[in-house]
Amino acid sequence: MADDLITMDDLTNEQIEALLKDAEKLLPAAKGDVYLPLLEGKLLGNMFFEPSTRTRMSFETAMKRLGGNVVNLGALASSSVTKGETLFDTMKMVDGYCDVAVLRHPRQGAAQYAADACDIPILNGGDGAGHHPTQTLLDLFTIKQAHGKLDLNVVMVGDLRYGRTVHSLSHALSRFGANLTFIAPPALSMPDEIIEDLKASGSNITVSEDLVSNLPNADVIYMTRIQKERFPDEDEYLKVAGIYKLSRKDLKDVKESMIIMHPLPRVDEIHPNVDNTPHAAYFDQAFNGVVARMALLCFLFGVDISKEVGK
Amino acid sequence: MSEMRRVTAICNGSVIDHIPAGAALKVLRMLRISGKNSNPVSLVMNVPSGKHGAKDIIKVEDRELTQEELDRLSIIAPHASVAIIRNYSVAKKRTVEAQKELVNVAKCTYSNCITHGNREPQSHRLTVISVDPLQLRCHYCCRAQDMDAIIDNLL
Repeated sequence: MADDLITMDDLTNEQIEALLKDAEKLLPAAKGDVYLPLLEGKLLGNMFFEPSTRTRMSFETAMKRLGGNVVNLGALASSSVTKGETLFDTMKMVDGYCDVAVLRHPRQGAAQYAADACDIPILNGGDGAGHHPTQTLLDLFTIKQAHGKLDLNVVMVGDLRYGRTVHSLSHALSRFGANLTFIAPPALSMPDEIIEDLKASGSNITVSEDLVSNLPNADVIYMTRIQKERFPDEDEYLKVAGIYKLSRKDLKDVKESMIIMHPLPRVDEIHPNVDNTPHAAYFDQAFNGVVARMALLCFLFGVDISKEVGK
Repeated sequence: MSEMRRVTAICNGSVIDHIPAGAALKVLRMLRISGKNSNPVSLVMNVPSGKHGAKDIIKVEDRELTQEELDRLSIIAPHASVAIIRNYSVAKKRTVEAQKELVNVAKCTYSNCITHGNREPQSHRLTVISVDPLQLRCHYCCRAQDMDAIIDNLL
């Protein structure tokens, strides 16, 4: 892997498969059943310029489960960002303080921009409507746990234009031979350049606006939230808000093994009555953020998990 | 009347030829020739051209354009050429060379790109995906560039 993880292109298929195997081995440590201080003395900078619950907390948990430590940017209101400090200057400072940094930023391209400014590895924790590759690692791990393979029928639903999780996931799944179905209203359809890239790599892609007819054949339904904060105007948001909703009654004809995923937070796209069905995988998926990020951090610092775990 | 007689020959300087018809003012802007310099500048627009139907021509006296300056024109004038004139004779000829990346030539056309942040100091970098037709992507945000809008984002 390159030193940085900005998009899934920074990882080869072999590296992704190795990370997923490492993540499996790290499950007991992620749950706290064993303590594995493999990253003792290492410091992670959590640089979140935009709200986050799971990504920020799971990186912090991952680092601490491995014996490392974390410093946080903290609330923007209490940082020098409010004084007009550039991202470049902020990241140059972190470059000196930390051994690795995670960056989330509302502007697309911020992670690559920070990586160009820093010597330490930069992990993209979400850049505007761009990419979210560490989410993809945990998504792949969740799919592999449920199905044992990745060449499946995967249906992505909702905000595919601004949804960075589906941008990264579709790139990765296409490399492992998945059939991808994109379901979104025209205003939120997958960006043309991503469709072009996927088609150029030989992916099998279906584009539709209809969720119900695509449920029976799906192995994975990946729901996303319509992100109000990405819309330039509220009227445009209201036209598409709540357009796709899944509830228990929609699941009559689905495959028994089908799983429903969601990067969370959800609003109303998955009814709580789905939570207790065997299809609901989104809370396991959220937990998997810890183990996938533990595997990634070990990989970045050159820790060989197969030698370290079970010795 | 021959096209070259529309403007008198220059003693020393650069003649930029094969500029797409109507694009000469943008070329001046890209080369940062604003009229505030003391160099005399002559410009003809929409003159007949065998290759492209019509073209613009610019003559800049007492300034020799470099290859780097010429390459900046690839966004709006990929077929432009420059003749360096010394003592009324062509001393050198240059054409726009295809680049892998355009650095500080134009700003990304995606308004939410990090490069639109206030005072961010790193270079504007656009990766050339295809030369003909020209297709660009931002190095940072990976967005395909809107080739109509990019003219307004020239630096």
